[in-house]
Amino acid sequence: MIELDNLTVSYQRHPAVHHVSGRFAAATATAIFGPNGAGKSTLLKTIMGALKPDSGQVAFKGISRRDLAYLPQQSEIDRSLPVSVIDLVSSGHWRQSGLFGQVRRHHDEASWNALVAVGLEDFATRPISALSSGQFQRVLFARILVQDARLIMLDEPFNAVDARTTQDLLQLVARWQQEGRTVIAVLHDIAQVRSHFPQTLLMAREVIAWGDTAAVLTEERLRQASETAAHWLARAPLCQVDGEGV
Amino acid sequence: MSWLQDMLISPFADFAFMRRALVGCLALALGSAPVGLFLVMRRMSLMGDAMSHAVLPGAAVAYLLAGLSLPAMSLGGFVAGVLVAVLAGLATRYTEVKEDASFAAFYLLSLSLGVLLVSKSGSNVDLMHLLFGSVLAVDDAALLLVAGVATFTLLVLAVIYRPLLLESLDPVFMRAIGARGGIWHMLFLLLVVLNLVAGFQALGTLMSVGLMMLPAIASRLWAASVGGMLLTSFAIAALSGVGGLLLSYHYELPSGPAIILLAGLVYLLSLLFAPQGGLLPRLVRARHFTN
Repeated sequence: MIELDNLTVSYQRHPAVHHVSGRFAAATATAIFGPNGAGKSTLLKTIMGALKPDSGQVAFKGISRRDLAYLPQQSEIDRSLPVSVIDLVSSGHWRQSGLFGQVRRHHDEASWNALVAVGLEDFATRPISALSSGQFQRVLFARILVQDARLIMLDEPFNAVDARTTQDLLQLVARWQQEGRTVIAVLHDIAQVRSHFPQTLLMAREVIAWGDTAAVLTEERLRQASETAAHWLARAPLCQVDGEGV
Repeated sequence: MSWLQDMLISPFADFAFMRRALVGCLALALGSAPVGLFLVMRRMSLMGDAMSHAVLPGAAVAYLLAGLSLPAMSLGGFVAGVLVAVLAGLATRYTEVKEDASFAAFYLLSLSLGVLLVSKSGSNVDLMHLLFGSVLAVDDAALLLVAGVATFTLLVLAVIYRPLLLESLDPVFMRAIGARGGIWHMLFLLLVVLNLVAGFQALGTLMSVGLMMLPAIASRLWAASVGGMLLTSFAIAALSGVGGLLLSYHYELPSGPAIILLAGLVYLLSLLFAPQGGLLPRLVRARHFTN
């Protein structure tokens, strides 16, 4: 459903994602795992369309670019604005209600059901400024529920979230897989990956391994990943793959 | 009763220029207040100020070419304002410079050009008129301009309200769902320039920012919803307009500064007394709930 073809994305000519090719399996959950600076968030942002690749491409097959929900690592939501929890969740209806469209009763019901699903229905009319960061993460998951997207990308969704909330939100990830949605998540907790994500992309700027989680997360490959990411030369030679450096 | 009537009603009942000024102020309030509110919510409070300086060279060029003509100067100011907005927008989009920095750079360019043009050819009186306006000298053409801009502003805001608000709240979400936030942003900046130009004749380029920003900033301290803030900011702007006109009539004050000072006074009082985060309500400790 999503294919990466020889994808390279750089910051000031230093590649964060380097000649990455492969495809994300549809209707399952893939974890992106790797050390800091491995290009995991960069990869998600490139798929999402916020970053332009230097070369290579992201191909959406059998799915529209708009059928995508994305949860950034650090939300840029201005929580000082006087917006209620239910209003924020309802913004997930954007694709159906559009610019002029009415928010209909079934939209309101969907928003409410999503809040119930994340256990925050009592907070519906509170302002978003009144939530803790864990509660706020639940609200953002509720909006993803409302978006009803076939592809869901989560960038370190469980940072600063307690164990109970993490368990609840992982249940939602499991439910999305059962519903045939594709989930791609950047994670740091290897136990979470092993227990909830059938597929794993282990990367350190390049693909170290990509496939079944059990086969990917071996001692040796993890060591290989951390060693690859540690090498970072200020004056690296030009890359010669594809004859780019010529 | 008759004292009240003398204070509040007679000035407008007796003099056509006061009625004209009143209508002008109310129409300005109607357009400027919601625009100012969106500027505040988008953390662009100082952008209005920058834009008010940016329109100056356009008005000055028009003055040089066509004399003291409102349509020409308005058009010139509008063109200069839009030019600065577009250039700053392009610089933000295609370079590493942040939006506030590129606006600062382009408005300073524009302002210095304007001052150069005015001082090279106009007299100081003209410059004062340009900067501070005179609401009591509003003619039919100016009134039509103000009313037209207010109408256009409200219609456009009604249409782009949802995407504009969503883009202020969560720009990353807008990008992720493939809704181009840039279009609504540019359309909104167009409204900012239009409303500044509309306030030109009545309040001058500098003072018209006051009617845009002060009520909007104060409204945040009164209302806990965007709709409530919209209504409050309009109410404060309208009240300041009417009150400022009356003050200027009774005490022979220049009307523009009187209106803006009154709006500023409302803001200062709001800081002290308003329920949503004002100083005094914060000091009063209400009993808390069980959960």
